[in-house]
Amino acid sequence: MGKDNQGVLWEVFIQPKAGGTYKHVGSLHAYDKEMAMQSARDLYTRRSEGNGIWLVKGEDIVSSQSIDDEAFFDPANDKIYRHPTFYKMPDGAKHI
Amino acid sequence: MEDADKLEAFQAKIDDDIKIEPKDWMPEKYRQNLVRQISQHAHSEVIGMQPEGNWLTRAPSLRSKKILMAKIQDEGGHGLYLYCAAETLGVKREQFLQWLHEGKAKYSSVFNYPTLTWADIGAIGWLVDGAAIVNQVSLQGTSYGPYSRAMIKICMEESFHQRQGYEIMATLAKGTVEQKEMAQDALNRWWWPSLMMFGPHDSESAHSSQSLKWRIKRESNDELRQKFIDKTIGQGEIIGLTFPDPLLKWNEKIQHYDYSPINWDEFWNVVKGFGAGNKKRLQHHRKAHEDGRWVREAAKAYADKKSFKQKSA
Amino acid sequence: MKATIDYTLRLGDSALILSHRIAEYCSKAPHLEEDLAITNVGLDLLGQAENLLTYAAKLKGNTTADELTFKRKEKDFRCVHLVETPNIDFAYILARQFLMDIYHNLLYTKLADSSDETIAGISKKAIKEVRYHLQRSQDWVVRLGQGTEESHQRIQNAFDELWMYTDELFFDNSTDKEVAEKGIAPLNSSLKAEWKEKVNQVLQDATLKIPEEIHHTLQYGKNGCHTEYLGFLLAEMQHLPLLYPDAKW
Repeated sequence: MGKDNQGVLWEVFIQPKAGGTYKHVGSLHAYDKEMAMQSARDLYTRRSEGNGIWLVKGEDIVSSQSIDDEAFFDPANDKIYRHPTFYKMPDGAKHI
Repeated sequence: MEDADKLEAFQAKIDDDIKIEPKDWMPEKYRQNLVRQISQHAHSEVIGMQPEGNWLTRAPSLRSKKILMAKIQDEGGHGLYLYCAAETLGVKREQFLQWLHEGKAKYSSVFNYPTLTWADIGAIGWLVDGAAIVNQVSLQGTSYGPYSRAMIKICMEESFHQRQGYEIMATLAKGTVEQKEMAQDALNRWWWPSLMMFGPHDSESAHSSQSLKWRIKRESNDELRQKFIDKTIGQGEIIGLTFPDPLLKWNEKIQHYDYSPINWDEFWNVVKGFGAGNKKRLQHHRKAHEDGRWVREAAKAYADKKSFKQKSA
Repeated sequence: MKATIDYTLRLGDSALILSHRIAEYCSKAPHLEEDLAITNVGLDLLGQAENLLTYAAKLKGNTTADELTFKRKEKDFRCVHLVETPNIDFAYILARQFLMDIYHNLLYTKLADSSDETIAGISKKAIKEVRYHLQRSQDWVVRLGQGTEESHQRIQNAFDELWMYTDELFFDNSTDKEVAEKGIAPLNSSLKAEWKEKVNQVLQDATLKIPEEIHHTLQYGKNGCHTEYLGFLLAEMQHLPLLYPDAKW
């Protein structure tokens, strides 16, 4: 009896409404992309949670490493002028 | 960074309620604890499909059949979310299944009890799922990111399960004399196993204190068990059912129910494999796995052929 | 009216029994994702059955979909033989599903234009579901046909064995002729050519041989004469309500 094979791991991203952002919801195992798409529909949109589905093979995802976190992300924390809350608006100025 | 420093930084994250993600450094024991807990949680969901699946073909109304089918499907889905969360820790699904089949992995022993009547389906939904909900709501705050997210998703889907079970019990309790007896009998048989789902008393649990320190668990076994009892007794009383515990009594001073000591001998026997359904559950799972081997092999072979064709095109 | 009731029962019963066969397979699938997928199909079919049987009950008067499901005698069921066949293995399950899915796709497409508003409404909803079912079952037939020697043999066997039941799908009895005249439903025989073409196309894709035409019986499920399988299935399905006749569930 050979080794068992449960298929390839796919990561699933769902777009809840047209125009919305694709959000990672979890993963699944499937043997080919048609099966993966059907499984994603059956698994992650049973309660009509989706308008669009993206699938990426787990092995194709490039992820940042924790040890780089400081160098990769921290410098941006100094640049607080990028955030709208940094600026004080004159009284009376609305919706800006 | 030295391991001691890493450990300190790790604990600081935990204490600050910052989630640990797959890419983060973690103590080996933390990783092992989670590999065990998450995969066993997954196995429980999948094995749990069996006792309910037993009555799917005998569901006595179209509505209850539809709802039960959807519930069982949900359970399978929960197992899936959990296997995927467990895989982020570097162990493949094939390995989890192998450990299960070799008897090296456990699953919640409550699913080894047999479902003998339609009322058992009601009792499982109301009590077993009810207990699971108390546990899972607490686990939403678990420190490991993927596990926490899986729990949040599961909790959103779980409340319909408990309502389904309770509705069955309520219908039976106000039905014919035989139906009411059926409901009471099921409650009598499933009450203690549901309480035992929360695990041993904290004083006797091997993994408890480290799990709490690392916030894998957020509340103790006894705290969760008490929560479940306190909210369930009233539900039973409303539909006219009694609980199989002569010492069950509301304690005004501590604002909790007092209850009889649990028979842990039965619990450990079932965990060790002597329950009525133990062998049966695992055999069923192994058989489905073996019967389906040729299908998985075919799916893989076809995918390989297709991808080879595409590469040569 | 009688013909409409009979026709609606046939559609409803076929969906009901096919859904029941799928329910039997719960927790036995080769792969967890597939267990969920196949259960989804079963759920859709159960929903279709409920809609159709509710309508049949309304037309009959003085009865309910549940009564029709759980209290009718075997000879009063109108499901086709094909859906009664047992779950021998995954290949049989998918072959049976595939043959029914193509049929349902063609049928419901035509029924969406039925002169009977309720049937048209139920059919429009069902089309979306059966289209997806067909995509699935078709993909599996090709996968198993092309996969390994073993899967190829098993799916070929399944089609060879189940082929004789497909005759009934295209047979027009007096009910069919009457509902066709009234514009309620198409004649089944009018669907055969397209069905055959689609089946052949997929079987070829799957490198499978198209089975020989066999006419195996004169008695059909749509006339109330069933296979030996149905009795056992009903014994299990109807057991509780029959054992407790006064109970409400």
